[in-house]
Amino acid sequence: MAVSAKSFVRADMLAPKAPPVAQSGAVKWMRENLFSSPFNTILTVLGALVIYWLVASALPWWMNSVWNANSLTECRDIVTAAAGEGATGACWAMVRERWHQFIFGFYPSHLYWRPTVAFGLLFVALAPVLFPAAPRALLWVTGLYPFVAFWLLWGGSLWTPILGLFGFVVLAAVYRALNGRLGVPLATGCGIVAAVLFWMFLDVPLLNVLSSILSLAIEQVDSDQFGGFLLAIVIGVTAISMSLPLGILLALGRQSDMLIVKTLSVGFIEFIRGVPLITLLFTASLLLQYFLPPNTTFDLILRVIILVTLFAAAYIAEVIRGGLAALPRGQYEAADGLGLDYWQAQRHIILPQALKIAIPGIVSTFIGLFKDTTLVAFVGLMDPLKGITQVVRADINWKGIYWEPYIFVGAIFFLFCFGMSRYSMYLERRLKTDHR
Amino acid sequence: MKKSVFLGTLAATTMLAGIAAAQDGSTLAAIKARGELICGTNTGLTGFGAPDANGNYQGFDVALCKAVAAAVLGDATKVKYVPTTGETRFTALASGEVDLLVRNSTWTYSRDTSLAFDFVAVNYYDGQGFMVKKDLGVSSAKELDGATVCIQTGTTTELNLADYFKANNMTYTPVTVADDSEGQRQYLAGACDAYTTDASGLAASRATMADAENHIILPEIISKEPLGPVVRHGDNNWGDIVRWSFYSLLVAEEKGITAANIGEVATTSTDPEVKRLLGLEGDMGPMMGLDNEWAKRAIAASGNYGEIFEANIGSATPIGLARGLNALWTQGGLQYAPPVR
Repeated sequence: MAVSAKSFVRADMLAPKAPPVAQSGAVKWMRENLFSSPFNTILTVLGALVIYWLVASALPWWMNSVWNANSLTECRDIVTAAAGEGATGACWAMVRERWHQFIFGFYPSHLYWRPTVAFGLLFVALAPVLFPAAPRALLWVTGLYPFVAFWLLWGGSLWTPILGLFGFVVLAAVYRALNGRLGVPLATGCGIVAAVLFWMFLDVPLLNVLSSILSLAIEQVDSDQFGGFLLAIVIGVTAISMSLPLGILLALGRQSDMLIVKTLSVGFIEFIRGVPLITLLFTASLLLQYFLPPNTTFDLILRVIILVTLFAAAYIAEVIRGGLAALPRGQYEAADGLGLDYWQAQRHIILPQALKIAIPGIVSTFIGLFKDTTLVAFVGLMDPLKGITQVVRADINWKGIYWEPYIFVGAIFFLFCFGMSRYSMYLERRLKTDHR
Repeated sequence: MKKSVFLGTLAATTMLAGIAAAQDGSTLAAIKARGELICGTNTGLTGFGAPDANGNYQGFDVALCKAVAAAVLGDATKVKYVPTTGETRFTALASGEVDLLVRNSTWTYSRDTSLAFDFVAVNYYDGQGFMVKKDLGVSSAKELDGATVCIQTGTTTELNLADYFKANNMTYTPVTVADDSEGQRQYLAGACDAYTTDASGLAASRATMADAENHIILPEIISKEPLGPVVRHGDNNWGDIVRWSFYSLLVAEEKGITAANIGEVATTSTDPEVKRLLGLEGDMGPMMGLDNEWAKRAIAASGNYGEIFEANIGSATPIGLARGLNALWTQGGLQYAPPVR
């Protein structure tokens, strides 16, 4: 039988039809996510109204931004000329004129390259610590970085940081010599005593001798010229890097079986956590001055760094204690069973796991610490948020400016803190070895 | 162990250094040895003291620091400015962190006595005033009954305000703000009917408003705020130096000596007081441990009192303060220097 030309069976497939409008694309998404129930519909409408109101009230201000002016009055005139009477506009001309003070404070402008280089080197020094892919040789840069950065930022004789570094060499040498006989804690203690004796009695005479032979000095910059983000980063980075080891020691001390170590650690942590940071800053600024003899100049930034470090260390200690508490008992017993001594067990088994658990807490403490550096404004240091802003507003040209400095400083802070937060998430993913 | 050893050594070294420095008790000697005057200043107050775009401190109070440095060290630039906040200023002075505090601080009984300070002069007579919007229809502070008032918290102005309203049997609602910029913001946003702070601050705020013509400063001044340089008890010679550095600027204005004509006046003047002041006659400088040209340098640093006033806060500047109480006594003001004799 010949096949009829009129087949009842389709020989070719129909092209697929687009799904109904209500079941695809933006409409479906909106139905599912925005208008799925009467209550959600109301919330959506309200939310849209709020967003509209925010944008409508803020957008003209952003759109009328002025970048070239010499004073707030000039800014206002430009906005009025461009957008008519009664219009408002952001006056970013202030940032254009004063950005260097927000970043560097009162650091001499012909030396801006020094903090910039120090900031760039910071990333080179951090790379081997933060990223395993970085060459290990860079760790030497990390070790030397504090001394190089100190020299770049404060200037003066190169011998000062070299001799400071040499003190640590003394410490390491004494530790190596005694470690076998006395064990870790005692050897470290002897090393520290030796280093401190070196710094106290040999440092200054050696410095004078060496400087007279070969001066190697660059222009000195005093601490009171530091300000803005330079100050925030110096305090933040120093306190962050010093509080982590200190916090680990405190957390271990708190878990210790030795009565004095435990009591001291607990007492320190509870005392520091029991008082607000501002109290400690006032202690640094006011009380220490009363304890010290008159006419003593003990750098305010150094005092603040020490107190901020101690403050952060107490919080870090508790965060790490959380990590230690989360480790199953079996891990400690396994370490004992392998015949490791206390320090070996901590280094190879306990701390790597405890620190990994504590990463989110540690990073959020660091982020908080970095933002807390703005509190130094209360002791008269020129932090970017209040100190420099107040200086800018004291200029008759910019008096009355309100949102712009806050937005500018806030944006920069956000960049730093968001970066830290993203890094911590990367670190968590990288260190994830279980299958949760 | 680590920490206690570290802090112990730190304390020990600073003690040793401190004892060495403290043996010579005279502030003047310490400044001369240091080669630098340490002047406690404001972290930023329009017209009175703030760093400019290049980081150089400028202002009415700052000019006095410069004059003292010029008198003592012969160089008006040899000043280290230590910014102090309302909380840290007196401790900084008491602990010896600064030699001299010129930070629009009000001379009060308790600060002069129990805080063990000397207010050696009054370089600006201020007083608390009110600013209101014109369309409020108020022309006197006495009509502010029931008003909401923006006020900086934790200041003497807060107490003055309470006293004033109580004394006049009126009520008010305070809106507390943290600092001047916030006060100005709240006032402009309509959170309060009136903004109160020192009259000089009100004038500066009004000068920078977009619609300055719609705001008026009420005529009543409800408090006395004599602002002046402060030194510690215990070194009267240093107090004398600061006091007379300031008075030399007043005498200079009285006698018509300016930064520009001082060289000429020094050679031509026949006025015996001018001659004594400029070190041409008598032996005045050594009486307080300085040389005879101290006042000449102090005046040359930023000009006489009137010049400093006009350059920083006077009617030619945007702040536009009138001399008022700060005119010389010969022109109806309160600025009066004892004779140089």
